[in-house]
Amino acid sequence: MKQLFFIAGMFIASLTMAQSKYEAAMTKGLQMYKDAKTVADFQETSSYFERIGDAEKNQWLPFYYATSALYVTGWMDPKADKDKIAGECSVILTKADALDKNADLYCMHQQLDVMQMVVDPQTRWQTFGAAASKALADAKRADSTNPRIYYLEGRTVLGTPEAFGGGKAKAKPLFEKSIALFATYKLPSPLHPNWGKDEAEKALAQCQ
Amino acid sequence: MKKVYLLLFLSLVSGLVSAQVRVSGKIKDNKGHILPGASITIKDSYDGGTTDSSGNFSFKTYEKGERTIIAKNIGYKPVEQKITIDKEPITLSFNLKEEINELSAVTVTAGSFSAGDKQRGAVLSSIDVATTAGANADITAALKTLPGTQQIGEQEGLFVRGGAGYETKQYIDGTLVNNPYYSSVPDIAQRGRFSPFLFKGTVFSTGGYSALYGQALSSVLLLESIDLPEKSEIDASISPLLAGLGTQQLAKNKKSSWGINYNYTNVALYFGIVKQTPDYFTMPQFHSGDANFRFKTKKGGMVKYYTTFSYNQLGLRRQDIDSLNLKDAFSLYNHNWYNNLSWREYLGRGWKMNLGSSFSTNKDNFSQQLQDANNQLKQYGSSTFWMQAKGFTNVGRQDLAQAKAVFEKKLAGISAIRFGTEYWHAYNTNAYNDTLRKLTENYNAVFAESDVYLTNDLAAKLGVRFENSSLIQKADIAPRVSLAYKTGKDAQVSAAYGIFYQKPEYQQLFYTTNVGFTKATHYILSYQKMSITQIFRVEAYYKKYDDLIKTIPVSYNYYSYNNTGSGYAQGIELFWRDKKTFKNFDYWFSYSYVDTRRDYMNYTARLQPNFAATHTASLVTKRFFTDIKTGFSLTYSFATGRPYYNFMVNNSGKYYLADQGTTKPYNSLGFSAYYVPSAGKTNAKTNTVVFASITNVLGANNVYGYNYSYSGLYKQAIVPPAQRFYFIGVFLSWGVDRTDDAINNNL
Repeated sequence: MKQLFFIAGMFIASLTMAQSKYEAAMTKGLQMYKDAKTVADFQETSSYFERIGDAEKNQWLPFYYATSALYVTGWMDPKADKDKIAGECSVILTKADALDKNADLYCMHQQLDVMQMVVDPQTRWQTFGAAASKALADAKRADSTNPRIYYLEGRTVLGTPEAFGGGKAKAKPLFEKSIALFATYKLPSPLHPNWGKDEAEKALAQCQ
Repeated sequence: MKKVYLLLFLSLVSGLVSAQVRVSGKIKDNKGHILPGASITIKDSYDGGTTDSSGNFSFKTYEKGERTIIAKNIGYKPVEQKITIDKEPITLSFNLKEEINELSAVTVTAGSFSAGDKQRGAVLSSIDVATTAGANADITAALKTLPGTQQIGEQEGLFVRGGAGYETKQYIDGTLVNNPYYSSVPDIAQRGRFSPFLFKGTVFSTGGYSALYGQALSSVLLLESIDLPEKSEIDASISPLLAGLGTQQLAKNKKSSWGINYNYTNVALYFGIVKQTPDYFTMPQFHSGDANFRFKTKKGGMVKYYTTFSYNQLGLRRQDIDSLNLKDAFSLYNHNWYNNLSWREYLGRGWKMNLGSSFSTNKDNFSQQLQDANNQLKQYGSSTFWMQAKGFTNVGRQDLAQAKAVFEKKLAGISAIRFGTEYWHAYNTNAYNDTLRKLTENYNAVFAESDVYLTNDLAAKLGVRFENSSLIQKADIAPRVSLAYKTGKDAQVSAAYGIFYQKPEYQQLFYTTNVGFTKATHYILSYQKMSITQIFRVEAYYKKYDDLIKTIPVSYNYYSYNNTGSGYAQGIELFWRDKKTFKNFDYWFSYSYVDTRRDYMNYTARLQPNFAATHTASLVTKRFFTDIKTGFSLTYSFATGRPYYNFMVNNSGKYYLADQGTTKPYNSLGFSAYYVPSAGKTNAKTNTVVFASITNVLGANNVYGYNYSYSGLYKQAIVPPAQRFYFIGVFLSWGVDRTDDAINNNL
């Protein structure tokens, strides 16, 4: 009987070790993300997370970060091919979508839609603009307390001309709501997305 | 037992203490070009790397033993390789093969302009058609701002690359439209019957088009109707010239829709305010109604039915050219009914089917009489037959039933083959005064085409079409070839070659069916650089015409025809559209040069046709001001003068060139403004557009050509019925956005 417990214990130990291997790899990845400066750094970070995701098979977070790191490169160079980058991001994000549906993934979709919309806003707002607002509606349905939703919504409103129902005055309450939600927001794990508070505060300052 | 634990323990720990092994190497494509940013991974592990700017990768791993290593890069097929990791560093090299996919592959564009909202490579959207100044939401008028077309104002149609208007044919969902324009009125171009908003995609081919289409020597305009509307809505339009009401209803499951519309146009009020040169004794009036029904099939296919019925009438008087005391009074009554039923289906295993059918019937009842100063009928006898011929009644009817089937099979990558058949049954009658003529035509064609992608950068389209006309008892085989080669990012060179046949027009066939197909051979070379916001294109072509119809005068009102005509057209065209350089400002510029001569109809030699100007240019500009929610558009079109001729018959019954000249250059500046209060609101319930436009703002006195008196001594300029055309209207739509319903139902 003792032996059985011992074997079981070993088994659990090896499991938790595997778990911590994932956590260690993710923590390393998040550090890489933090330290990334160049487009190549972000691309490498993205591939790194994608490898973790592909190996783990049932974790959506690595794919989320793989998408996010690649997404950033779309804004780094004004000449970047946003359509191509968004396309590559979508391929990775689809793998995350297959594993989970949550507010942060919907937010990521919104970010990709917006990136594609800005390529040609006059003809694309009807398609990508609508897709982006649908993504945020989905995100609210999944978790209306996720503060990033209101930050992203605020960004869209801020970028919309006042004549079209946008502008600082309309964006301000959204950033305020986002910041208020950050105060009570509980991070599910240290590996979960934890960005947005500083961005929301900066954006709110712009609205003053 | 203890040994077992020890072994287990050791095996767990050994993973942590054993030395890392370096894996490095290079990733290239199969042409030997380095691939930076490619990724390499040991399968089912976290270990791997990405290639640097010189295609090198290097990483360390703790993995041991036999492992699978994967190299991949977007747009390339991943490569897997088995390796054994021991203690020694490993060097690997990979060659990745390009994956042919629709996003990166070149598309064959020689000769064609794509227009549409969702299409890749679209040049114009339906909104562009509606907002282009001078076009007044007429598809044909908007296409006249593209290269290859002529600025023709005295008759309807697209005159493409030295071709006459009837050399361009229009297709809706794959089947020919017999009467795409409102019926002809002498010297006044008529609008197209179809609204740009019916279509999601338009391909305007100015030459070298696919083997799926035939019976057009110069050009085809391919219109693809909308599948399902985005939402249910009620639409209304109101203007001093017209009023309309309609609805589109999208089912809640978004699988089917139906719609009906009715429009009424009456220009009496407008003509009362804006003076017209002709004296309208029957005010132009148009009634038109349409209905549609569409549904998605289980396999994702689509069935669409569209029908439209229209009736219009008008009567106008103009100065007679042979006598100052007389007037020509022309009147027209037209009935038109058009039906189109199509079924697109995915058959599985890469097979796709497109079935199309259409039926249309068109009845034109037109007549003319000579009238004196008091508008009383004036008749002449056969001794003055040229005056007698000005009084006539003509009842013409054209029925056309068609069926077309196209099957498509996707091959490896995105290569595909397509083949199919089509059948037209046409019944035409014409009663000119007391002479009734009837013709029945059974036309059929079989065609096959294949898209061959050799790489992402090189594609070919090879096609052949076999056609047979029962009416003229002739058959032909028309080969079509086009190639595209990608020369750089967004840039490509394309070339096209093809033979195109067209049956003579019914006006000629009524006199004789002892004629053959007319023929054109196209050679096209084009270069295009295109991004989402900028398009540059330059295209050169040579077109050879053979077997064109020649007219043989038999008597003053009887003719015979043969195929002894010929000609050519060659030219160079430029197109530039830019939405990027100036913020919120969109413009495009077209320039066409054509050198063309043809000997056809009553021409006495190879002459520059009277519908071809050597140089044509258009500049279209659009700017939307978001703060006032109003857009403005200016269109300037210019064409050098066109030749005009007076061919008369000599005593031996032959045509001779009695007089000729060139019109002065054509100039037109169009302006339009549109106020869209709901702009930018994706969920607006009421959409309003206030639209106003003026054509020929500067009031240029454009002359389209000349009509000659019977004696040939007097000529009269063909001018528009009014110098300018003004339009103002309000378009409203009340939408029921189903996305809200979908969200609410799920909450």
